[in-house]
Amino acid sequence: MSEIRLMKGNEAVAEAAIRAGCDAYFGYPITPQSEIIEYLSDQGRKRGMIVMQVESEVAAINMIYGAAGAGARAMTTSSSPGMSLMQEGISYIACAELPCLLMNVNRGGPGLGTIQPSQGDYFQSVKGGGHGDYHLIVLAPASVQEMADFVYLGFDLADKYRNPVLILTDGALGQMMEKVIFPEYDPKAHKPPKPWATVGKSSNRSPNVITSLHLHSDEMENINIRLQEKYRKIEANEVRYELMNTEDADVIMVAYGLTARICQRVIELAKQTGIKIGLMRPISLYPYPFDIIAKLSEQVGGFFVVEMNAGQMIEDVRLGVNGKVPVGFYGRMGGVIPTAEEILHSLQLFMKSIAMKEKV
Amino acid sequence: MSDIQVPTNGMEVVWEKPKSLSETRMHYCPGCGHGVVHKVLMETIDDLGIQDKTIGVAPVGCSVISYNYMNIDMQEAAHGRATAVATGIKRVLPDRLVFTYQGDGDLAAIGTAETIHACNRGENFLIIFINNAIYGMTGGQMAPTSLLGMVTSTTPEGRQVETQGFPIKITEMVATLPGTYYITRQSVHNPTAVRHLKKAVEKAFKYQQDKKGTCLIEVVSNCPSGWKMNPLEANQWLEKNMFPMFPPGDIKVEGKLIEKKQITMPEQKETKI
Ligand SMILES: Cc1ncc(C[n+]2csc(CCOP(=O)(O)OP(=O)(O)O)c2C)c(N)n1
Ligand code: SF4
Repeated sequence: MSEIRLMKGNEAVAEAAIRAGCDAYFGYPITPQSEIIEYLSDQGRKRGMIVMQVESEVAAINMIYGAAGAGARAMTTSSSPGMSLMQEGISYIACAELPCLLMNVNRGGPGLGTIQPSQGDYFQSVKGGGHGDYHLIVLAPASVQEMADFVYLGFDLADKYRNPVLILTDGALGQMMEKVIFPEYDPKAHKPPKPWATVGKSSNRSPNVITSLHLHSDEMENINIRLQEKYRKIEANEVRYELMNTEDADVIMVAYGLTARICQRVIELAKQTGIKIGLMRPISLYPYPFDIIAKLSEQVGGFFVVEMNAGQMIEDVRLGVNGKVPVGFYGRMGGVIPTAEEILHSLQLFMKSIAMKEKV
Repeated sequence: MSDIQVPTNGMEVVWEKPKSLSETRMHYCPGCGHGVVHKVLMETIDDLGIQDKTIGVAPVGCSVISYNYMNIDMQEAAHGRATAVATGIKRVLPDRLVFTYQGDGDLAAIGTAETIHACNRGENFLIIFINNAIYGMTGGQMAPTSLLGMVTSTTPEGRQVETQGFPIKITEMVATLPGTYYITRQSVHNPTAVRHLKKAVEKAFKYQQDKKGTCLIEVVSNCPSGWKMNPLEANQWLEKNMFPMFPPGDIKVEGKLIEKKQITMPEQKETKI
């Protein structure tokens, strides 16, 4: 039966993990996401999950590797500095094609930075992070409801593609309280058989080996080719985004997560000043909704990217736009959340500059 | 390379390759201890009838592809992370038998934290720690276990305390942790030592079946290539130089430390190779 609760984003993630049949969680506390391990240490353990606080993020991600390799639904969460420590393990997991769920509750960086929300880890999340050519499936929730929803979706996508899935969110969404509905979800119906897992070799099969080592370069290239084919399949099937007011917009904002929510307010404010602004909210940051941006480029005067960083996703928007229309940007860094008013102000300046160019 | 056929010509078979050891020809250098330890490990798995229940974790180091030789389910781990990977496996499959197989660079350098914490949690698995006092795979560089005065490719003048510190005795260190149950140091330099090693492995697996906690078997081994010696010289050198620093014998049995005399540091010049 579905259930309605009022919860913090982090708690909603933890509750969803239990309901999604997560077998094992290994983690290391870091603000602003420690509620997840706290909630799971209580509720998760009581409800049969393996929940361990371990010595470091390096250990945690390698425990995920071991547990996922042994066939479990495994999950870890962290925040920026911790995610950096996990990158080695993530690269190994991506190559070994192990399904697992990761979450980065992004805080301000670089370095130890601040515990305030940020989107400074976009590059790290969608462009690799660890070594080698690999991709995570990256989902960006914009509400507490989506924080929970993407846990189920994340596990299912991870299993479907045997690929790690990352939920990229931030300290504000992790900490804010909202209504959240937990749907009916039967984990048993969602857990596929894993004949490749290392569970002990039965006499009727050869040993299962989980590895990312391929000493011959042609063999390594073949693995890479197979991985890239998988990524193309993911790009064809798993693009997710949301459009708001884009039909007759003069300019379309592009923002994900928390900034997308602020941009909804910008749309309202803009209406009062008589300008027509739309919003494209990428939900999957990898695969990125390039096609819809390309399509919208045919009908708008420009795109305006809003991020809590110095301009990272803007590179992907530019790729989608492919030079057809101007792309503007407004960003705050280091844990500062932009206000709707300052975004609107910057957006108006951008629109003025487009109008000037058109006149020339 | 596989399928090594040994003609029996009607003779009685008195010894066979363990069935848990695959047919694949090993890549190790002639005389290297890795192959012997693999054989002992797989033979014990056969004897105990646990091939279908055992999951191994391969390291980064010369034995990185040990899963090619061990006819059981295995996972390869990032450099140093084997005990973390093993923790993940064992925690979700508590009724399986899990072991890690790690070199000194893997376990005692990059993986020190994972090693100590797995032992401290008393993870119920077996750690096989091959101490050849050197990084074999990357070409004979200094390991944390390299002896004082030992010449390696990164200590051409011999390991000096002032710059490289002392050889680390991980085995004695983890023996002090309450999570460990059976900690022993064995070697493979002669047939008697190999037989002792086998007994130790057998014991450790039995303790694991009884859920007693972490067992760690350090195997003082050789690296003829890295040491630039022939296999015989390597085993003689091992006995003379490695044992004063890493004396074979049990350190902790059934959760109790065995009292040992203080071990004095050997002179730097004695261990120069
Ligand atoms: C993160 C990382 N750092 C360095 C290396 C390079 N490397 C491969 S094997 C090795 C040393 C292995 O030595 P040891 O564990 O003693 O095993 P042996 O080769 O002697 O059997 C090193 C440093 C690596 N693979 N990964
Ligand atoms: S380099 Fe040393 S440890 Fe590696 S296989 Fe050769 S002898 Fe053995």
